[in-house]
Amino acid sequence: MKKRVWIISLCVIWVLAASGSAFARSSAFGDKIFDFGQMVPLDSQAKLSVGETAPDFDLPAISAKKRVRLSEYRGKRNVMLTFIPAAWTPVCSDQWPGYNIARELFENLDTVVIGISCDNLPSQHAWIREMGGVWFDVVSDFWPHGKISDAYGVLRSDGMSERAVFIIDKTGIIRFIHLEDINVRPDLGVLIQALEQLKP
Amino acid sequence: MYYQHNTSRMLNLIIMAILVMAAGSVCIIRPGICSERTGSLDFDLPVPEETLQQAYLGIQGQDRFTLGQISGQVVIVEIFSMYCPICQREAADVNALFERILQDPRLRERVKLLGIGAGNSAFEVTFFKKKYDIEFPLFPDEDFRLHKHIGEVNTPHFFGLRLLENEKADLFFSRSGEIEDVEKFLQTLLKESGITLEP
Repeated sequence: MKKRVWIISLCVIWVLAASGSAFARSSAFGDKIFDFGQMVPLDSQAKLSVGETAPDFDLPAISAKKRVRLSEYRGKRNVMLTFIPAAWTPVCSDQWPGYNIARELFENLDTVVIGISCDNLPSQHAWIREMGGVWFDVVSDFWPHGKISDAYGVLRSDGMSERAVFIIDKTGIIRFIHLEDINVRPDLGVLIQALEQLKP
Repeated sequence: MYYQHNTSRMLNLIIMAILVMAAGSVCIIRPGICSERTGSLDFDLPVPEETLQQAYLGIQGQDRFTLGQISGQVVIVEIFSMYCPICQREAADVNALFERILQDPRLRERVKLLGIGAGNSAFEVTFFKKKYDIEFPLFPDEDFRLHKHIGEVNTPHFFGLRLLENEKADLFFSRSGEIEDVEKFLQTLLKESGITLEP
């Protein structure tokens, strides 16, 4: 009897393992992606609203610039700040490559993209290299761990950030917040539409 | 005693049912494990708005169509994503495949190509189409409905279907990953389709 229960359990595990992710994973990363499975969609408390000034930051970046300060774009460009939970995970690995080919859409809307996660720089570096590089800056909110994610109200209890997008206009004011289910990639169309609203 | 015997039979049946389901799941979800034969892709798609694309597919006068209703002998279905670096990188190769088929009078009417953007919205598919000058029909699958239906394959993934007379389509080819060599890919696909190339 016990043996049969074990066999049934193993079969159920097999079926679950075979079902894989509900996400269209790119073959680009081979078997290097770590899949947490379905996660709690949202796990943080909002701290900011549209109309408030975006908290400034000065964070290390993987680009040649070495550091990126949000306020350097004040009076110059709009900023789309894209928080992702973690490098080397399924949905995140399938989000920024899309922004990478949409550079002209952002530039036509006078917008820079800044990618941010709580990973450390070496992990971000290796991951971005694996996806073939990106044209925008990627900054690390690793230490003090998640300080900026927390300031934006998107730090989860597991130390990762939410999948969130903040659009900040040239005066440094938050004009759009999109807090997505961590298991889902936000639609690029929604983000571009929000940026179009910033047009004078 | 009788009760124990029945319980035992019931458990055996449950185990067998789960084993059959599990084997089926692996075939559908991990095509490579089962000789890349998964069954038919029996979903429908909206008829494209552009008349040129309607004419290409041979579909008119209805809202939706199945793959089996496409005119021709073989249809190649690419499962792609705007967000997939390989799909981006090989968009030129897939265009070359489309052109190669279109320029060959033996293939033009017999082999058709379309793409399904797994998890991609209409905006994202339109952007991808424009970005890479893609002329063959692309369809959004924003909620992953089709992607789940065909077994959640990685992107890019290519299916080859043989079109039958009764508006059915028989799957004969299923492969994940890059095309790499357009001519070799096409010849492999044609060979596996079994269609003859004589005019």
